[in-house]
Amino acid sequence: MTPISIAFVPLSDSAPLIVAREKGFAAAQGIDLSLVRTTSWATLRDRLVYGQVQAAHMLAPLAIAVTLGLSQHAAGLSAPFKLNVNGNALVMAPDFAAALEPDPMRRITDPVGTAHDFANAIGLYKRKPVIGVVHRFSSHALMLRYWLGFAGVDHDRDLALRVLPPSLMVEALRSGEIDGFTAGEPWGSVAIGQGLAELVAVGVQIWRRGVEKVLAMRTDWMEANADTVDRLIVALSEASAWCDDPANAAELAALLERPDYVGQPAETILPALTGRIVPQRNTPPLAIPDFVLFHREATGFPWRSQALWIYSQLIRWQMAKPSAAAERAAAEVFRSDIYRRALAGAGLPLPGASLKLEGAIDAPQGVGAHRGALTLGPDRFFDGLVFDPDDVAGYVAGFRRTRG
Amino acid sequence: MRIVIVDDKGLRASVLEEGLREAGYDDIQLVPPIGGWVARLERMAPDVVLMDLGSPSRDTLEEMLVVSRALARPIAMFVDQSDDTMIGAAIDAGVSAYVVDGLRKERIKPILDLAIRRFNAFARMQSELDEARTALAERKTIDRAKAILMQSRGLSEPDAYALLRTTAMNQNRRLADVAEALITAHSLLGGQA
Repeated sequence: MTPISIAFVPLSDSAPLIVAREKGFAAAQGIDLSLVRTTSWATLRDRLVYGQVQAAHMLAPLAIAVTLGLSQHAAGLSAPFKLNVNGNALVMAPDFAAALEPDPMRRITDPVGTAHDFANAIGLYKRKPVIGVVHRFSSHALMLRYWLGFAGVDHDRDLALRVLPPSLMVEALRSGEIDGFTAGEPWGSVAIGQGLAELVAVGVQIWRRGVEKVLAMRTDWMEANADTVDRLIVALSEASAWCDDPANAAELAALLERPDYVGQPAETILPALTGRIVPQRNTPPLAIPDFVLFHREATGFPWRSQALWIYSQLIRWQMAKPSAAAERAAAEVFRSDIYRRALAGAGLPLPGASLKLEGAIDAPQGVGAHRGALTLGPDRFFDGLVFDPDDVAGYVAGFRRTRG
Repeated sequence: MRIVIVDDKGLRASVLEEGLREAGYDDIQLVPPIGGWVARLERMAPDVVLMDLGSPSRDTLEEMLVVSRALARPIAMFVDQSDDTMIGAAIDAGVSAYVVDGLRKERIKPILDLAIRRFNAFARMQSELDEARTALAERKTIDRAKAILMQSRGLSEPDAYALLRTTAMNQNRRLADVAEALITAHSLLGGQA
């Protein structure tokens, strides 16, 4: 057995790691998997960068930021596998949400209208709204900026963004330190269940296939341990298929409930897994299909175009300086080649390309694949823009022209 | 040189502060990570910030270090990357150190070494304390189980103890666990534990 330690943050999308350990997928690949629970992203990053663990459950933008040296010290990280797609929610305190569309389903499914309502609500609120985000380099922060930027909201001027780890959000909301937050589940559902917040937006309605957590490892370690890496990816691919099977949702929620994993009641974890989210306390759940994906549509495949989309947003918000070298380094964090190598014998359809247009698919579409048929689901951005990975600069300039 | 210790464990912070003062550092501030602590820290303009590596407040601190306009010089973690052994020891001890840019390595190393030693000493102290607490709690459980056996089966104290121990050995369980099970069963059956 090869011992492997992986750091994770208590969130429902750490599920494939937990399942790989608890349902024996890792052991079947000869891996003795230990999981290291970590509260903050800074600690997770340091445990990975300084070698206390071999891999980590990491925010995709953070893996790119660490590689580019934007988050403390530069360290070459690689993401050969995506742990999930989608899964985030924005929740706001009821007194803020009162200024938005009252019908929760319409609020969620009309992100254009809600973005404008949100922009108007800012001026009416008792103070500059303080919104908790889990990290500067998180998909949540980028999604919030992307969504509200559409309605002309300037994050530095109009909002106060406050960085807090996901598990501290609910307490911060209760104490009035923040007026809302965007985080992975179950934290939004926990806040809603306690009557502290209402559902305002969900990731899947902003970018229908948004990159979320990746399996990140140090590039030098990954290259020196090819065989172990391949076995780990096989185990995680099988575990993620198990997580995606609706028949396993209840068992998965019960696993995640354990105090050494997420440590929240299964009934707050289950909604995100089944795509039935309660938007306000004591209201019936809304069906939100594809709220989170673990396996279908080759979820685990790290499309380089998705890494480049993240890079484009880091440039757009002046979190990174544009350069050809940085663009290449960002794209190379997503190791589609390693994913293909590891899963070559797994009998799964593997995408033929490593880059695609992001946001160009309206209805399920077959794409070129090795072995079998691969169908990708709709991946539109809510504003209808399409990202061409060959023209990052043009894409970023487009935002400047239309929205300042 | 101003050193700020951010820690919610008051005792550990004191242990570290004491060590730093003994070593001749006199500008030391303690900041527990509660309320508006980030703004307080920012106003203090520290040269070195020492913090528990596992603290949930590190993301908030790092965000401040990125956006702060008040800090004259940028602060980053472990400015000197060449000393891998020391960084490794710091991570293992659970110390994170944010150091103002430009501070020389020779001036940082003794502080970090000291923090590592004190954190390790504190962790040892804590685990010894935990062990002592557990031992005491188990002692009490076993005494209660003995009393139940003495009362309900009319055994002497040494016989009650011997019965518990034999049962534990036969079932391949810990003595304290057998005692615990006996107390639970006894109270379920309506006895006074």
